[in-house]
Amino acid sequence: MSGSRKVLIISGVALALWGMGFGLYYALFVEHQTLVKIGGSLATSFADAASGDVIASRAALQTYADTQFDYVRSVDVHSHWIGLAMLLIVFGVAFDRVQFHENRKLLLAWSLVIGSTMFPLGVILQTLDRGLIPQALAAIGAALVIIALAIIALGFRRTEKGS
Amino acid sequence: MLIIGGITLVVAGMIFGDVFAVFVLHQNANRIGAALMSATEAVASKDSASVLAQFANIGGMLENRGTKVDAHVHMIDFGYLALLLALIQPYVALTEFARTRLANLFLLGAVMLPASVFLIHYVGLSYSPLSSIGWASISADLGGLFVIVATAGELIGLWRHGRRNSTQIESPLVKPRETTWTSRTLLTGGTLLILAGFLHGAFYAVVDLRNHETQDQIALETMINASVAQQNSAARNMKDARTVVDGYGMIQAEKAVNIAAHSHIIEFGLLAILLAFIQQYVFLSERWRRGWAVVMLTGSVLLPAFVLLELQFGLIAGGIADAGGLLVIIALIGMLVGVLRNKGQVAETEGASA
Repeated sequence: MSGSRKVLIISGVALALWGMGFGLYYALFVEHQTLVKIGGSLATSFADAASGDVIASRAALQTYADTQFDYVRSVDVHSHWIGLAMLLIVFGVAFDRVQFHENRKLLLAWSLVIGSTMFPLGVILQTLDRGLIPQALAAIGAALVIIALAIIALGFRRTEKGS
Repeated sequence: MLIIGGITLVVAGMIFGDVFAVFVLHQNANRIGAALMSATEAVASKDSASVLAQFANIGGMLENRGTKVDAHVHMIDFGYLALLLALIQPYVALTEFARTRLANLFLLGAVMLPASVFLIHYVGLSYSPLSSIGWASISADLGGLFVIVATAGELIGLWRHGRRNSTQIESPLVKPRETTWTSRTLLTGGTLLILAGFLHGAFYAVVDLRNHETQDQIALETMINASVAQQNSAARNMKDARTVVDGYGMIQAEKAVNIAAHSHIIEFGLLAILLAFIQQYVFLSERWRRGWAVVMLTGSVLLPAFVLLELQFGLIAGGIADAGGLLVIIALIGMLVGVLRNKGQVAETEGASA
């Protein structure tokens, strides 16, 4: 097995494991409480409005929006880490069909691995800090994956022309 | 075992998703909209108890929908993962006994998790020793743990193979021994589909996601304000509240179609790449194999593209999206017929060349 394939397959399985571990941790210790908070704050917001307390209603609605923001990103991160891990494994299996020199393939493999780890990491960090750094991390990670995917598609296409 | 288990999980997940979409999804969305409207009417009537009752009702319906979506997604993803693990078995340096045990454990967890998630809505907290987590959730988490342990075992096997640095073992599925137009097109097309899905996802995340979240909050706030405005009104008019509830439904629909298009195009891309590996086992003429590959890729583009257009063009776009899905299924059946015509020729060829 070539170095680039080894990087992709081993990193892919490790990332899948990490994504599943995160999902299990989230399901066990965070998800139930979060869902109760989302439902509870939305119901409280309407109930406060019914009893005429508009300020409390708005505060509860803000709690709902903030909790929902965190929940959506946590679930997205879990599915994206595992989805990207499957992508790494499938490309690891197919990488011999990409017509590039091994050094370039190794660079592509590492770009995919770093991008696939960094992009969801940036997304989950947004639940702690909504500033620029987590967004930049996510954007750079996504850009790395997109560029690598475009070059890999080109590599498969070159196989077609070369044969 | 992993191949059969993987295909079974993918097929079961797809059928479950179709049944859920036809019989539960839309009806559930309508009921949630109606309950939300009742909650706004309760706000206008200053009836807090009724508000809480309506939200308990909405919570139940959201749990019903959420657990079914989760079961569908996990079943299909575990199916893909099982197929991928099957492909890399030649690189897992463990004994046959250990690999069989790991495959068994993986499949046990892969069935247990979605089945238990499906049951969460029905079992609830009955006989549970915990205050917020029921037996079905505990069983789902245990299933997840089984899958994690099995995957960790596979990783150890891969690591051992990597340390040995052995290059002599190659899977016949993985070896690029035959690079036909069909397999190359499926590989390139699959990668481009994944790229398109990724670009769409990135665009949605940057441009629309935050907007949708803000609109979601504004819609709820406007809904409450419209109801509060009617609290002291002699002749109550809930028209504004109803308009906002409908608008809120549209925001949810926009989010849903974007997420569905994003995930389907990437899944079809993965499927196309996996199908590229089995082309040498599809015993059809190259002309037919090319035809099925083109049909498969056409359907893979049509479905997500027209799912996205459903909100603008309604049933026509929905019909074309369904036709796209049908094309993918027809192409899969066409390739399956080719595989069934195989009757062991590949094994004989491989045996002769060994």
